[in-house]
Amino acid sequence: MLSSAILVPAVLNGLMTGAVYALIALGLTLIYGVLHIINFAHGALLTAAMFAAFFAHKLFGLDPYIATIFLTPLFFLVGYGLQRFVIGPAAHGEDRNILLVTLGLAVVIENALLYAFRADTRTINLPYAFDIVEIGTAFLALPRVIAFIVVLAVALVLWLIMRWTDTGKAIRAVAKEKLGAELSGIDVAHIYAVTFGLGTACLAIAACLLIPTYYVNPHAGNAFVLVAFTVVVLGGMGSVAGALIGGLFVGVVESLSGLYLGESLGQIGIFAMFILVLLFRPSGLFGERV
Amino acid sequence: MVEPLLRVEQVSKRFGGLLALDRASFAAEGGRITALIGPNGAGKTTLFSIITGFLPPSEGRVIYDGADIAGKPPHRLARRGIARTFQIVQPFTGLTVRENIAVGAHLSRPARADALAAAGDVARAVGLGELLDRPAATLTVAGRKRLELARALAIEPRLLLLDEVLAGLNPSEIRDMVPIIGAIRDRGITIVMIEHVMQAVMSLAEHVFVLSEGRIIAAGPPQAIAGDPRVVEAYLGHGAASRMMAGATAHA
Amino acid sequence: MRRLAPILVAMALLATVPLITSSNVVLNFLVMALLIALVGQGWNLLGGYGGQYSFGHAAFFGTGAYVTAILQMRYGINAWLGVCVGIAAGALVGAVIGALSFRSGLKGSYFALVTLAFAEVLRIIASVAPITGAGVGTLITLDLRPEAFQFQSRAPFYWIVLALVGLSLILIRMIEDSRFGAYLIAVRENEDAAQALGVNTTMVKLAAMTISAAITAAGGCFYAQYFLFIDAGIAYGPWISVEALLAPIIGGIGTVFGPLLGALVVKTLGELTKLVTGDAPGLDLVIYGGVLILVVAFAPRGIAGILADLRHRLLSPRTAVPASLERGHG
Repeated sequence: MLSSAILVPAVLNGLMTGAVYALIALGLTLIYGVLHIINFAHGALLTAAMFAAFFAHKLFGLDPYIATIFLTPLFFLVGYGLQRFVIGPAAHGEDRNILLVTLGLAVVIENALLYAFRADTRTINLPYAFDIVEIGTAFLALPRVIAFIVVLAVALVLWLIMRWTDTGKAIRAVAKEKLGAELSGIDVAHIYAVTFGLGTACLAIAACLLIPTYYVNPHAGNAFVLVAFTVVVLGGMGSVAGALIGGLFVGVVESLSGLYLGESLGQIGIFAMFILVLLFRPSGLFGERV
Repeated sequence: MVEPLLRVEQVSKRFGGLLALDRASFAAEGGRITALIGPNGAGKTTLFSIITGFLPPSEGRVIYDGADIAGKPPHRLARRGIARTFQIVQPFTGLTVRENIAVGAHLSRPARADALAAAGDVARAVGLGELLDRPAATLTVAGRKRLELARALAIEPRLLLLDEVLAGLNPSEIRDMVPIIGAIRDRGITIVMIEHVMQAVMSLAEHVFVLSEGRIIAAGPPQAIAGDPRVVEAYLGHGAASRMMAGATAHA
Repeated sequence: MRRLAPILVAMALLATVPLITSSNVVLNFLVMALLIALVGQGWNLLGGYGGQYSFGHAAFFGTGAYVTAILQMRYGINAWLGVCVGIAAGALVGAVIGALSFRSGLKGSYFALVTLAFAEVLRIIASVAPITGAGVGTLITLDLRPEAFQFQSRAPFYWIVLALVGLSLILIRMIEDSRFGAYLIAVRENEDAAQALGVNTTMVKLAAMTISAAITAAGGCFYAQYFLFIDAGIAYGPWISVEALLAPIIGGIGTVFGPLLGALVVKTLGELTKLVTGDAPGLDLVIYGGVLILVVAFAPRGIAGILADLRHRLLSPRTAVPASLERGHG
């Protein structure tokens, strides 16, 4: 059972799945780190993005990797709009209200998708979906290798944005010290919306990376987001490094435990890990103290 | 010599790499007003938080009524008679003034009617009688400070810690508040006050401790402290005391 | 006793409904509304009065439902006894989740997250565990005798759930007028200040959660007896967690009648939606989610808040106060 011929591909597969978890978690942790809110609508937004990617292919014949180019800015705008015109104003700045509003959004989006598209599971068929990349003894699915590379690229781009652009610096300023940033003339509502938009843009990219190999239905996003939540609390709310490392870690753990324990127990395992981390170390490995 | 009600012994507090308190020691005698003064960031509120159980000390002991209370939770200490006000006032904004104070009054009164009635008495003692049924959110700063005080008094403490209870008040509001604090002391309650308003410290405090950068640098009656060069330096910077002296002699 | 009068009057009025109409449609609607009012009142105690927002109240609803059903079906226990045990089981689950969460100091979003997670875990376990019938669910055998907590007509069910709602209203009112209630509200307003006044905030929250869970579990037990079928999605699904918080928020969070008012609104909206668009799944929850956002944005104190504002505006003029102590002067 422990032979490297089985272990190595399991680990590699885990890393590739983990990369997508990391990307989803990245959006979540970015939103938390700057707005200090837990975006309960993250799962529903991912599902919406997956549906968008699905229909981009079904209706326009767009390859998901091409669709990324259109969906990413689209979802950035969706996220921007949601924060600027719905969440921000509705919540009147109170934490408890933000909680309820993001929950409300989640319920609306998820059930709108359910109502519009029924609960059927859909998949798309791509000619290269089953192409194989060989690494040593491991045979890895091409779309998943691409996903891994893309996530690394996105992480790099985000890092560059944060470090070198004015907006990125403004985001970091607001994350650290909102009042001071405001007094320096930074439009905090705008920055909040930009950050939320970046978070949803990450979801759009993740959706396009997932759609070649995964199904889509109105509940699909939730499964991934649960893992993303686990990653984020594990890696630390607000920590980008934590989201990345945590994502890869959880991906590998899931892959290995799927190997030994089977599918549904695996899901409970993730929940259990999530609950345990929340109870005993909610600040995670890298995050701010709760 | 009567044992002081509160004795803080060699208390240190570390936050990560930062040493917020460095072997600070002071004592508060029963039935007297003791002032804790010092520049901002000196660690005064941290010390209060340690005394009232919101933070554990890294080292040292806090002796209250003969027992070491360091590390005990705040609600336990409140039940043993230690009350505090907060530097940034924390009213229960959704409740009326009476309901606010009643939360404190409930400590020794399980029945709602008793607590509400007692709250009325406490409110009148600090001059909030007219405002009993107003929402706490509608009070001015001065009103909120009095509410904070009233709530703390409602638990019938033996030791009352006031954290800058006069901050943000204008001179006439301060003039109104000072006798109220004196009256509390006259009822036998021991008071330790953190204060920046020097006129109040001078007129109220019987003993003053000066905290600077986590250390107690001076202690004594208010008059002695006012002239102490180390205290001047702590507030105004290195060399300030000698500059002041030089200035004084030049004008003499 | 004076404070209980409005509750008793309302209950008495509502009790006459089955005497006026025998329409199953009306009775069914009201039973569901009262059920949600009951479940919502449980949430209201912890969330409205205590300020701790749970997103996983399904955990208690489902436990009540499953324990009642399983005790009857697998162990032949009397239904009424099963309901009592179901309520106790729900309370126990509440105590456990509460103890774990509050001892870890979880608040706000983190608390909401963890309650959501617990509810989901229970749902997954219920969907695979043999004892719950796994994916197939649990059916309670039809046995239309009062001793089996089953009735030929809807009226007895109606009166029972009405009684439960009435009891919960009285309980909340009594808590409002007690020290526990004052402490709970203080915890909601400001935990640090509460602690400084001698409130053991952890124990207060834990007690609130346990009682809250018991009330919600009672709703679950009733559901099982009324519909005679539950599965993991019904018992522990997000729908009940959402309705549990929606009703009090719409009706007036932290008020005695809030959950009842809100439940009537929620169920009316649900019925209207079905009338207009048929039974397509999902639309009712879309409406609920939208209403939640609108209420939070525009009427955070709910219907009860609007009514209270109206009453205040019409009835109490301003009285003179020392200008310096009250905002808006000096």
